[in-house]
Amino acid sequence: MSDRTDIVIVGGGLNGPALALALAQGGFSVTVIDTLPVDTRADPGFDGRAYALALTSRRLLKAIGVWDRVKAEAQPMLEIKVSDGRAGEGPSPWMLHFDHAEIEEGPMGHLVEDRHLRRAFLDAMAKQPRITHRAGETVLAQVVGPLGITVTLSSGSEITGALLVGCDGRASGTAQRAGIGRTGWGYGQTAVVCAVSHEHPHGGVAHQFFMPHGPLAILPLTGHRSSIVWSETESRAAELMALDDDAFLAALRPAFGSFLGEIALAGGRYSYPLNLTLARSFIADRVALVGDAAHGVHPIAGQGLNAGLRDVAALADVLGAARRRGEDPGSAQALQRYQEWRRFDTATLAMATDVFNRLFSNDNPVLRGLRDLGMGAVNAVPALRRGFMREAAGLTGDLPELMRG
Amino acid sequence: MLQSGTNTVNAAEIAKFEAMAAEWWDLNGKFKPLHMLNPCRLDYITSQIAAEFARDLDDPQPFKGLRILDIGCGGGLLCEPMARLGADVLGVDAAPRNIPVAKLHAEQSGLKIDYRVGTAEALAAAGEQFDIVLNMEVVEHVDDPLGYLTACRQLLVCGGLHICSTLNRNSKSYVFAIIGAEHVMRWLPKGTHDWAKFITPEELFALLQKAGLDPVDRKGMVFNPLTWSWSLSERDLSVNYVTASIKP
Repeated sequence: MSDRTDIVIVGGGLNGPALALALAQGGFSVTVIDTLPVDTRADPGFDGRAYALALTSRRLLKAIGVWDRVKAEAQPMLEIKVSDGRAGEGPSPWMLHFDHAEIEEGPMGHLVEDRHLRRAFLDAMAKQPRITHRAGETVLAQVVGPLGITVTLSSGSEITGALLVGCDGRASGTAQRAGIGRTGWGYGQTAVVCAVSHEHPHGGVAHQFFMPHGPLAILPLTGHRSSIVWSETESRAAELMALDDDAFLAALRPAFGSFLGEIALAGGRYSYPLNLTLARSFIADRVALVGDAAHGVHPIAGQGLNAGLRDVAALADVLGAARRRGEDPGSAQALQRYQEWRRFDTATLAMATDVFNRLFSNDNPVLRGLRDLGMGAVNAVPALRRGFMREAAGLTGDLPELMRG
Repeated sequence: MLQSGTNTVNAAEIAKFEAMAAEWWDLNGKFKPLHMLNPCRLDYITSQIAAEFARDLDDPQPFKGLRILDIGCGGGLLCEPMARLGADVLGVDAAPRNIPVAKLHAEQSGLKIDYRVGTAEALAAAGEQFDIVLNMEVVEHVDDPLGYLTACRQLLVCGGLHICSTLNRNSKSYVFAIIGAEHVMRWLPKGTHDWAKFITPEELFALLQKAGLDPVDRKGMVFNPLTWSWSLSERDLSVNYVTASIKP
């Protein structure tokens, strides 16, 4: 005998809980299946990971009762400076500068550490009676029947829902079991992620330096700390990961520069191989994919989580409307609306970040000259600059209800 | 929740009904135009019922306690959503072959719905009463619209809601509904509609009043070829439109 719920969500990261909260708020009963135990998710130690949340993502988190739990720990991003640099040379004279004072919606984004978000999601889910959180469980099988889709868990229990949503990342088992193939390619790059503490205040300014082997992002965290996303060739990244902390900092300093004074590591170091992976379909019979399970993009513009939360808001919109008009939320008709809404947006984002990375991760002097000219042009034209900022803040396109603020 | 023992027909018949049910519910099949129009019709129906009976559509079973009649229920495209929202639903169709098909699909969907062969006039004569009567895309097919709408009024409790959609009669509806839908797009079999039987909103309102109903609302249902979907319109009632009226 299997338990019955409206929607089954596989994945307890960030998109899964966000979708669970949005759906529960809209009247659905939801079961979240998470491979990790709750105490692992709730670990308060800082592990160096942080997210740049776009304005629309913040609105979604506010609408589902998560933002108020993390806002005290959030660092507003007031300015973004983008420059083209080569180690030892410093930034080129052409520089892009985005200032939040130019768009009326306020800060362009907020930096929130992973540990605070995880904690906030767990607390919010625990307070929502329509959510059942099955932590420390893995999905072994999923079978579509006439009355819904049934998943079998590692503990042997079964859960049946009208719809199964895979929020289980780039190697989505939900997609594989549904027979959804993937397309994509590697970039031959690896992102090294860590946090540093520094001597001088950052003033809420984020920096992105385009280095010959890949971009280096410095994103402001609360206090005198910044999050670093350093993309390098696979072999160079492996070398960097193998260094001890002192040697790593010695390697980082020339790229980082001295504008924030003396730096020290604040937390662990992580490495993520960079690849682009798109599911061939975002939906299957009684299955929908959300976030990296649908589209893992290059993290160059920090748009991975933001794109995932857009999926969350769109799917919650579509399913909520279906429920209010009495439609089966797992019906092909409801799922097609979600796919039509999100696929075009996503393909555009994947393509843009891909082209951006290829253009900038290059030491060809002609390309360097061209992109310097391009950045100078964008910088010189306020309308163009505002357009970029609104895009990065997630304000363009057809906004789901939960992101309209 | 499962209905059982409602089918006493043989295996070959069941196989035939299964195929017909699959056809009725195939989004890209014979009834594709109806599936495309359905969300728009449901948006209108659910919002009118919620407003008239003070129900919150965010509740799990907002239509609990309401008895709904769907005239010309076909495969159950309106009955199933109404049942899912908690209503007590009776679907009738004058075509006997639709009834076992609709029953079978409801059973497959885990929904309890009463389906019968019948007409509005026969139910009214039997003294049946409903809170809501759904009368969607039927009135343009009947020979005596006034007699038919009078039967619909008789089926309602006082304060009951009657929702009626149909096709306007003008040159645009001739081009879109007859030439467009039947001949060019082949959405509907040729001869599905007799344009001369189409009713203008003014004529329908007059008929509703003559039948003893108070018309309270009307909206157009408009097809947008860019988004390839239907939506409700306050002003454009030129082809498909839907009305709400109350039994005083």
